[in-house]
Amino acid sequence: MPLIEVRGLKRIYRMGEETVTALAGVSLDIEEGEFVAVMGPSGSGKSTFMNLIGCLDKANGGSYRLAGEEISAMSPDQLAGVRSRRIGFVFQQFNLLERTNAVGNVALPMIYASSDRAERRRKAEAALTRVGLGDRMGHTPLQLSGGQQQRVAIARALVNNPKILLADEPTGALDSRTSLDIMALFQQLNREGMTVLVVTHEQDVAEFARRVVRFRDGKVISDKTQKPKDAVAILAALSREQDGVAA
Amino acid sequence: MRLTDSLGSAFEALRAHKLRSVLTMLGIVIGVAAVIATVSIGGGAREDVVGRIKSLGANLIIVLPGNITSGGVRLGTGQSATLNDDDARAIEKEIAAVQVAAPTVRGGAQVVFGGTNWGTSVFGVENNFFEAREWDVSSGRLFNGEENQRGGQVALLGLTVKNQLFGEDDPIGQTIRVKNVPFEVIGVMARKGQSAQGQDQDDSVFLPLQSARQRVIGASRAKTRTVGSMLIKVREGEDMAEAEAEIKSLLRQRHRLREGDDDDFTLRNLTDILSTVEASARVLSIGLSAVAAVSLLVGGIGIMNIMLVSVTERTREIGVRMAVGARPRDVMGQFLIEATTLALIGGVAGILLGGALSQLVSHLAGWPLYVDVSAIVMAVVVSGLIGILSGFYPAWRASRLDPVEALRSA
Repeated sequence: MPLIEVRGLKRIYRMGEETVTALAGVSLDIEEGEFVAVMGPSGSGKSTFMNLIGCLDKANGGSYRLAGEEISAMSPDQLAGVRSRRIGFVFQQFNLLERTNAVGNVALPMIYASSDRAERRRKAEAALTRVGLGDRMGHTPLQLSGGQQQRVAIARALVNNPKILLADEPTGALDSRTSLDIMALFQQLNREGMTVLVVTHEQDVAEFARRVVRFRDGKVISDKTQKPKDAVAILAALSREQDGVAA
Repeated sequence: MRLTDSLGSAFEALRAHKLRSVLTMLGIVIGVAAVIATVSIGGGAREDVVGRIKSLGANLIIVLPGNITSGGVRLGTGQSATLNDDDARAIEKEIAAVQVAAPTVRGGAQVVFGGTNWGTSVFGVENNFFEAREWDVSSGRLFNGEENQRGGQVALLGLTVKNQLFGEDDPIGQTIRVKNVPFEVIGVMARKGQSAQGQDQDDSVFLPLQSARQRVIGASRAKTRTVGSMLIKVREGEDMAEAEAEIKSLLRQRHRLREGDDDDFTLRNLTDILSTVEASARVLSIGLSAVAAVSLLVGGIGIMNIMLVSVTERTREIGVRMAVGARPRDVMGQFLIEATTLALIGGVAGILLGGALSQLVSHLAGWPLYVDVSAIVMAVVVSGLIGILSGFYPAWRASRLDPVEALRSA
C-alpha cells in the first residue's frame, strides 16, 4: 500500500463568475521512504497539490488516501488531527513565532497533541539536536541565521514523528551554501526513513531528489526517477576548494 | 490544547503589545474602579451616618410637646408645656414594651469654674436618661437616689465641658457655677461623639431634673412639673410601631383629647431617619452603577476592537498553528482566553485602583473603610464575562480562517 494514493484529484476555485481549475485530475502514488521533488512554473498547480497533500485544503473531486485513510470526506477537526499526527510542514519563510525560543517553537505542534510539558521539552530538545542545533535551544528566531531558523522549522516539523515531511520552497529564502546544508539535512532524514516531498521551481534543488514530478496547467506532465546528487559530497568538495584558495 | 498552554500564549501575546494591552484594559479598569469606589464610598458614608444614629439609640422614641405637622426636628426646647413628669411615669409603668421613659429639660447656660467659663447645653435629667442613651460615667458616679428623686446641687460633665474648664485636672469634688448656682461635680461622662445632626454630644452638663427645673432652666416649669421632651427606650425585640401607637393613645387619654382633636405632642422615631438615609444612599448607588455599566460596556467594545485587530495582524501565525495541528476550536480558545485574560487583568487593576480611591476618600472624610466582598466578586465575574463576550466574535473569526489563505497572508 502506497503512503500517498491520489486518484483524479481536482481543485477548482470560484472567483465571482469565473472558475479557475488549479488541479485538473491528478493521479499519483508515493511510497514510504521516497524523496520526491514537485516542480513546475507558478500557476502549474504544484502549490495546490501540496496544500491538498498537506490536508490544508479540500479537493472538489477525486480521492486522496494518506496511509490508508481517506482524507477527502474529513471535517476540519479531523484534518487538523491528520496534520498533527502525520504531516510535518517546512515553509519558505520559516514561519517561526518570533518571540518564542527554539525549544518553544519546536514544541508548538505538541501542545495540540496533548503531551505533558516535560515530555514536550524532552522531545523538542531531541528534535533540535537531530537537526544540529543542540547548542541553540534558548535562542529566539531573531538571534539565529536564516539557515538555523529553517533548521528550527524542520525540527518543529519532525517533532510529532510524522509520516511525511512537506517542504514548500524550503531554500527559497536562503543563500546557495545554506541551501546545500538544508538539502543535506533532508537527504539525511530521508536515509533515516522519512518520506520527503519538496516543492520547488529550482532545478538545483530538484537534483537532490530521487524522483521528480513536473506539473503544468494542473496536470502531471512528467514523472521520472533519477540518481540524486549527494549534498554532503558537494559540501565537502566546496570546503576543500576554499581550503585550496586559502592555501 | 490545555488551559495552561492557552494562558501562557495569551500572556505572551499581551506582553508583546504592552502599551496596547494597557490602553485596551483602561475601559474595564475605570469601570470596575468606579464600581468598587462608589460601593465602598457609599457604604462608608452610610455606615458613618448609621453609626451616628445608632450611637443615639436605634430603639429610641423622642416625645416632644406641641403639635408639629411638618417634619422638622425640634429636639430640646419644647415651646409648649404639654408634657410632664407624670406622663413619663405613666408610660414607663403602663406600657410593657417601654423599658425607660426619661423626662428631660434642656437649656443653654454659661458654666463657670474659677476664672474660666464655657457656654454649653444644660440638661436636667434623671438617671434613666443615661440608661436610655446607654451612657455611663468614665469617672465619678451618677446621681444617687436622693439627688435623682428630689434634686441636689451636683453635676455630671460631658467630656468637652470637662476639657474646657479643667483641662487635664480632675474635676471631681470641684464646684462649678451654672447661672450663679453652685454645683459640685460628681462625675465625668464617657465620650459619646457627634450626634446624627452633627452636634457634639459631649458638650453638655447634666443636672438632676428637679434642680435644673427649679434653679437653672426656668421656674415656670417647676410648678407644673412640665418637661421639654421625653426619651423613651423600647425593650429589645419589641415592635417600634406598636409601642409608638400605645404611647400615643396613652398620652391622648391622659391629656383628655377628644376624637378629632390634634395631638398636643409629637413622636419622633430615629429608625425613620435611618431608613431615609438608606433610601437615598440606594438611589445614589443605582445612579453610579449605571455610569459604571456604561464604562464597562465601552471597555468591552474596546477589547473586541483590539482583538479583531490582533486576529488580522496574526493571521499568518494562526495559519502556522493550524498547519501544525491546531483545530478551529483551539484557535478559538486561544483568542477567547486572550480576551478574557485582558479583561480580568483590567478587572483586578480596577479593584486595586477602586480600593485605593476609596481608602483615600474614607481617610479624607474620616469615614470607616467599607469593604464589600460581594462587589469585588461581582467585579471579577463581570469583567470575565465582558472578556468572553467581547472576545467571542474575534475568536470565532480567527477559528474560521482558511489555513491556506492564512499562511499566504503577509
